[in-house]
Amino acid sequence: MHRSALGLFTSLMLAAPALAQEEIPPPVISEFTLDNGLQLVVMPDTRAPIVTHTVWYRVGAADEPPGQSGVAHFLEHLMFRGTETYPAGALDRLVSELGGNMNAFTSWDVTAYFETIPPDALGEIMAIEADRMRNVALPPEIIDAERSVVMEERRQVIESNPDGILAEELAATQFQNHPYGSPVIGWAHEIEELSRDDALSFYNQYYAPNNALVVVAGDVEPEAVRALAEQTYGAVPRGPDLPERVRRQEPPQDTSRTVTLTDPRVALPSFTRGWVVPSYRTGAAGEAEALDVLAGLLSDGTRSILYQKLVVELGIAAQANASYDGAAFDMGTFTLSGAPRPDATLEELIAAISAEIEDIITNGVSQEDVDRVADRFARDTVFQRDDPTHLAMSYGLWLANGGTIEGLNTWPDRIRAVTPQAVQDVAARYLGADNAVTGYLLPPAEEPAP
Amino acid sequence: MIVSPRPQRRALTLLLAPLALLAWILPANAQTEFVPITSPGGISAWMVEDHTIPIITLGFAFKGAGATQDPNDQLGRANLMSTLLDEGAGDLDSEAFQTQLDEVGLEIQFSADQDNFSGAARMLSEAREDGTELLALAVNEPRFDQPAVDRMRAQIMAGLVAQSQDPGYAARLMWNEALFGDHPYSRPVEGTVETLPVITIENLRAFHNAVFARENLKIGIVGAITPQEAGEMIDVVFGGLPQAPELIPIPDAQLSFGQELAVSYPLPQTTINMAFPGIAQEDPEFFPAYVMTELLAGGNLLSLLNVEVREKRGLSYGVSGNMVDLAHAHAITIGTSTSSDQADETIEVIKTTLAALAENGPDPVELERIQRYLIGAYPINQLRSSVSIARAMVGQQLRDLPVDYITERAGLIEAVTAADVQAMAQQIFATEPSLMLLGPEADADDLAATTPEPANP
Repeated sequence: MHRSALGLFTSLMLAAPALAQEEIPPPVISEFTLDNGLQLVVMPDTRAPIVTHTVWYRVGAADEPPGQSGVAHFLEHLMFRGTETYPAGALDRLVSELGGNMNAFTSWDVTAYFETIPPDALGEIMAIEADRMRNVALPPEIIDAERSVVMEERRQVIESNPDGILAEELAATQFQNHPYGSPVIGWAHEIEELSRDDALSFYNQYYAPNNALVVVAGDVEPEAVRALAEQTYGAVPRGPDLPERVRRQEPPQDTSRTVTLTDPRVALPSFTRGWVVPSYRTGAAGEAEALDVLAGLLSDGTRSILYQKLVVELGIAAQANASYDGAAFDMGTFTLSGAPRPDATLEELIAAISAEIEDIITNGVSQEDVDRVADRFARDTVFQRDDPTHLAMSYGLWLANGGTIEGLNTWPDRIRAVTPQAVQDVAARYLGADNAVTGYLLPPAEEPAP
Repeated sequence: MIVSPRPQRRALTLLLAPLALLAWILPANAQTEFVPITSPGGISAWMVEDHTIPIITLGFAFKGAGATQDPNDQLGRANLMSTLLDEGAGDLDSEAFQTQLDEVGLEIQFSADQDNFSGAARMLSEAREDGTELLALAVNEPRFDQPAVDRMRAQIMAGLVAQSQDPGYAARLMWNEALFGDHPYSRPVEGTVETLPVITIENLRAFHNAVFARENLKIGIVGAITPQEAGEMIDVVFGGLPQAPELIPIPDAQLSFGQELAVSYPLPQTTINMAFPGIAQEDPEFFPAYVMTELLAGGNLLSLLNVEVREKRGLSYGVSGNMVDLAHAHAITIGTSTSSDQADETIEVIKTTLAALAENGPDPVELERIQRYLIGAYPINQLRSSVSIARAMVGQQLRDLPVDYITERAGLIEAVTAADVQAMAQQIFATEPSLMLLGPEADADDLAATTPEPANP
């Protein structure tokens, strides 16, 4: 739906475009910083007369003041209500007349706005985005209606389905102190209390050139984009320096916890088991890469361990997945999930998945399997370059969370350098049985698994 | 939606939306020209040659070979077959075939919708020769080994069971049955827990032999490949197929309007769906209807219904509208969801907005904006990636549209007048729509209450 998908950044790194093989050069990228602190990245791609323009603010739901969960996302909605120069609907109207499309999303770490348009409209789009970086109007009379829209969004996206409710509760249980435990859209009782002043205060603190990144990908010349950026974003005054971005951190996690949701809409039981693990930003050298490879080995494709063991050999899984989210600003998560076929039980399934993890911890993995995953990741980075919007999104998220272009371009090489020992080590270090949070989604009258 | 999770193969099968979107009506602009080619073996295709990125993307479809061809006692046959073409072919069993796919670096995907059976392949250009051979095996010599058939069937059945208590699933089944009556469109593409177990290897093989043919084949190729190489690839992959398919003729559906359906379930919102008569693409009235639908409920907050329902009143996260454009059925649908105490108000606002359009016609400024949007959005949405270009070329051929359709299309959109849109609104909204509510106490007032049935009608 238009405007605001809540960010769920699973497997960003798997989608990151970069150098696949020596003979395939990485995308050509230009990077500038304007005098007011705005970072600008341009990735030309002249195959089609289209450009994707994205603005990233280094702020998200995990930066919200206590008691105001959802204010980052609420502000994202309000950002479309216009400025004095470009009143409500002006941006929609311009993009619409061009045949373009636009949207925005909020995650725990970033808030992003993006438009895909013909290249000759880029200057006007930049002018509008630059204007609403400091001059949003927020007429008081629209606040209540927009808050109602957010409440309907919350009902539609989370409260209407058992998976959404369980995911929210799992995160709240997983993170004992870090704000990643609060939903990006906010808790209903706190959304209801959000005011115009709350949104404005958040906006004034965080929306400024020196807290923003613009990534442009498509049929453009870097120098022309730079000139347009200087005319538009360059005229926006630098905001106050932002303090170092330090969130409340997790204490050591040393208990296993269980969250159970029973719902009459559920016919097949399922489970999700998650651990707090390092991200690319917080991990020691090579740890995040090893976790990505581990997730790939477990569940990427039909040759993967979980598919071969649980679907082909034992035939007990309707679904079995592993995923690693290493793109977060703070810690990442590693997640296993699955559902049994109707003729098997959830207990059997969980036992079999746990046995595979135990086997990796005890016996390790083969070089051949690691190489196969690395090859596939490298190939995917080339396929990802097929869509400039994907390119802008992947680089934008990575750079907004503190990564570098060099880091992204060398990612396939670093994946290739992951050893079987490194995979075994991260599995042993992080996927313990005594500190996981497990969620059960159950039909009525079924007892939770042990 | 932004950075999507890595696609997981063999996930639970999702139910198709009750009515397909018209999102992909078709493409071409000055800089990306679709070029018709004919292979040395005489097979036609469209292609776009581009060597910027070393990728080759091939899209194809067998027209008419979708789920409408499933016999009543073998519902789910086309869909089941679509899961089996990468599960072993020629001399390679499932494991050997998938190992080869991985080593060569060929990604293939097959799917069946109601009307057509489609495929897509993607490879790095350095993998062209090996990739072509593997794809040819999958298309020509699928094995349908019993263990693979049983495994895929079990996965699909698990998906059906998983949805069996979901009131949304029950509502979609009921909606399709109510709209389409006894037409094949009323039946679930995935089949049912009764029909899936009886589908045999012989059934699958017979279906494959009957519907994979050169005459109903549509191909689009994009990327780092020359026309000559593309022709060679086409002949290797498709040259061995029979000339003509054996397809059961499918009649046009007679849709039922004026029905009121309700599924009562204690949900936090009430979902509202409406269906009005639609217009076929080949009909001269198509473009006024297309422009009108976009004006009312296109993917944009400026649409009349989004302004009235979302922006002014905060009743909903959004209102969507679609033209259903199946090969044998046409409708215009409008859908939204709102907290249940606001459902009546929301329906009233929608009806009032439709009536106002019929009475007053569109604002000329808004009409012009929509026309510009529809013309400009075409290349932006269709040409953004190899995958979207290939899909567009195949879709255009499935509709028998000319290769330079975009030029004609822009003129036809521009020619739509405010009077045309008003006349269309008067014509379409004179019909009492079919209406479905899903939510708490959805049986209120004059709507007949129904409780959700298990998944297998």
